[in-house]
Amino acid sequence: MGAIYILWLREVKRYLRSRAQVVASLGQPLMYLVALGFGLGPVFRASGNGSYLQFVAPGVVGMAVLFTSMFAGIGLLWDRQFGFLKETLVAPVPRISIVLGKTLGGITVALIQGVLVIVISLIAGFRPASWLALLNGFVFMLLIALVFGGLGTAIGSRLQDMQGFQLVMNFLVMPIFFLSGALFPLDHLPKALAAVTDLDPLSYGIDGLRGALIGRAHYGFRIDLWVLCLVAVALLSLGSYLFSKIEI
Amino acid sequence: MSAMIEVQSLSKRFGAFTAVDNISFSVQTGEVFAFLGPNGAGKTTTIKMLTTLLQPSGGTILLDGLDPQRRQREARQRFGIVFQDPSLESELTAAENMELHGVLYHMPRKLRLERTERLLRMFELWERRKEPVKRFSGGMKRRLEIARGLLHTPRILFLDEPTLGLDPQSRNQLWTHVKALNQEEHVTVFLTTHYMEEAERVAERIAVIDHGKIVALGSPQELKQNTGTGSLEQAFLALTGTTIRDESAGAADQLRQFARMWRR
Repeated sequence: MGAIYILWLREVKRYLRSRAQVVASLGQPLMYLVALGFGLGPVFRASGNGSYLQFVAPGVVGMAVLFTSMFAGIGLLWDRQFGFLKETLVAPVPRISIVLGKTLGGITVALIQGVLVIVISLIAGFRPASWLALLNGFVFMLLIALVFGGLGTAIGSRLQDMQGFQLVMNFLVMPIFFLSGALFPLDHLPKALAAVTDLDPLSYGIDGLRGALIGRAHYGFRIDLWVLCLVAVALLSLGSYLFSKIEI
Repeated sequence: MSAMIEVQSLSKRFGAFTAVDNISFSVQTGEVFAFLGPNGAGKTTTIKMLTTLLQPSGGTILLDGLDPQRRQREARQRFGIVFQDPSLESELTAAENMELHGVLYHMPRKLRLERTERLLRMFELWERRKEPVKRFSGGMKRRLEIARGLLHTPRILFLDEPTLGLDPQSRNQLWTHVKALNQEEHVTVFLTTHYMEEAERVAERIAVIDHGKIVALGSPQELKQNTGTGSLEQAFLALTGTTIRDESAGAADQLRQFARMWRR
């Protein structure tokens, strides 16, 4: 437990001490909220879908959690390249403790980030169905963080260089985000696109978050919860397995 | 004197390439042993196998009588290591880096604090213990890494090119500390370096590795005598030749270049 705790603490301290990182990581969600929330608001309202800010805010919260948890996992690449990973790999602790500490740290940071985006959304005018809805939304933020923390760890365990990181960003993270329904409703999509969004785990995360926060869901609470739990278990197991196979 | 490190017929192959080829040697308890070789000769691969980071393709290793493959955690508790590349967490303070290491090595809190103070004072870092490591000079970081490697009172200290990139003053100070530690705490030291004068200054015995094989083993004096040369550097060149060995830039080097570019 000591190893898990100290590695968790390291992730949290790193985040809290890097003020530039905190500010920079809030820039993108803020831009989406302001530019899309207010820019597309009139068109969205005119089409009879209500307030776009209300619709997009859960998507932007999900985006913040997705990016932060994925990057925390992929951060293994930095630990590998800058040497810290070696320090942990030669320590007399099981690798599962190392991967748990690191992943839980990343998940904690992702949740802090998600909460900050909720606060910004509230300032921008977003209103959840109730204050209890925020608690339910937190459950889905946690599940999104678990799913993508696991995926990030799995990828980070295999990545060897910076070029690989760019590939993951452009061909995995961005498509996961854009195809999740974070920015558009999943109803009435073309069949091919609907099939792809159904395969995207973030779709269920955003849907659950949106359902919890504003009571508007596409798949429904149970499906969202089950899919996220199963994918989280699968990806966290995969991440732990691949981490156990790392050779420096 | 008993052997603290015993290596028999150790090999490591990466596909068709043999990085370490059937090497055998032993290091006695309390000895300072230098492992020298040109770039790409197999020094770091050997250290990685000794420290459980790589699985050998063949041969046996005993660290303080333990097989590090079978009794990995016990073996890991017996050694400390300073890697070729820095491995500190730069956002944390010196004291926090020590704390992290102490927890990973299951040290009781009281002992952690006592050893941290003793070692940071010894390495002249106690006054700077609350500063983030990112503000430290290269020499300070190296001293901190050695202090950290010794925190859990290991019986063996592996130093993989610990003075790489340091100025002469920092190098001198670092070896003075290592020698003092070897004498005060009876730590067996296994080191690699490209600086021959350093090896001659601190090591009692030297093994020279080239193309994955040990080509010479003995005291600095013996190596000079056997090669009929007047300095360890000349002996080294006589044993390994004068051809320049270039290692291709690894991913770590590329990433460091990228990071430097990014900081500009």
